[in-house]
Amino acid sequence: MEYFVIIVSAIFVSNIVLMQFLGICPFLGVSKSINTSIGMGAAVLFVMTLATIATWLFQYYILNPFGLAFMQTIVFILVIAALVQMVEIILKKVSPSLYQALGVYLPLITTNCAVLGVAILTIQKDYNLMEGTVFAMSTAIGFTLALVIFAGIREHLELMEVPKGMRGIPIALITAGILALAFMGFTGMA
Amino acid sequence: MNQIQNFTKGFFKESPTFVLLLGMCPTLATTTSAINGMGMGLATAFVLTMSNLAVSLVKDLIPDKIRIPAFVVIIATFVTIVELVMQAFVPGLYEALGIFIPLIVVNCIVLGRAEAYASSHGPWSSTVDGLGMGLGFTMALTILGAVRELLGSGAIFGIHFIKGNFMLIFILAPGAFIALGYLIALINRIRKTS
Repeated sequence: MEYFVIIVSAIFVSNIVLMQFLGICPFLGVSKSINTSIGMGAAVLFVMTLATIATWLFQYYILNPFGLAFMQTIVFILVIAALVQMVEIILKKVSPSLYQALGVYLPLITTNCAVLGVAILTIQKDYNLMEGTVFAMSTAIGFTLALVIFAGIREHLELMEVPKGMRGIPIALITAGILALAFMGFTGMA
Repeated sequence: MNQIQNFTKGFFKESPTFVLLLGMCPTLATTTSAINGMGMGLATAFVLTMSNLAVSLVKDLIPDKIRIPAFVVIIATFVTIVELVMQAFVPGLYEALGIFIPLIVVNCIVLGRAEAYASSHGPWSSTVDGLGMGLGFTMALTILGAVRELLGSGAIFGIHFIKGNFMLIFILAPGAFIALGYLIALINRIRKTS
């Protein structure tokens, strides 16, 4: 039951993109077609889960015992950057086909604030390792969901006649606003 | 380019928020009121100025290959300083901005300026560039915060103009996207005509 609440709340009620405003850059940048959105979503799912596990272990086995909690920001960003590099190298060796699919998105993810954000949120919410992992995975699914829906809308938007001044980013932002309005319908569910 | 132009480019011509569209996450998330937007902007401006100065001072010592991780560590150091100072002196604002203070580390404006400007310019112009960009970002966030606060709760900087809640949606999540969308459209329009 507890896990169910975490999952529903992370995917719908407090959707990371539309309700918490993390990972807006890929949301606006990559979401031009559904295929690239799915690729980006898969890469984020992979990295976000690994990063949350790694930072959780660092926090509870290194930072807390040595009283270094104030170093959280520096340590987390370094762990995430190192992790992304490592995943890239391993993936290249072990599974070239997966690397082909996710490779281009991996470097972008280091500076994706959603990954660092989820790692910090997991610590702030006092989740244990299992809850943290579930939280990270469902947050990434929520990210992918928002990205795919938005890409679908934008593919249609390409064919529409948009007033000149509103073309590009302004109309994308207003569309995202309406999408966020729809997601507000989930408020209070979990 | 003289220093005055260098300073003012962040406000309009190369405004990080309205023109370059960098650092969108804090822009949307923290502008629920003018004062929150301004606090977030000033915190970012401090990090941006100090990291630009530090990067321009040590740029010749850092090997080219590891410059990005080195820049990130420099930025993270100043973010930690801001975090601790805000926690001690403005706990209310620190609570309101929440997770977005540590997330200044991954704000693309900060790393962007370090990489694009400070790593190839002297300390003095880098500081001016950081300060100009930072205050430009602060201005943009304050404007967006003021617009949302006025439409959402009928007030600016906590001073009420309209009694009661006005259009509550503007201080909730969807209002952030919609307000910023219309503001960027407006700025595009002004830039076209001028």
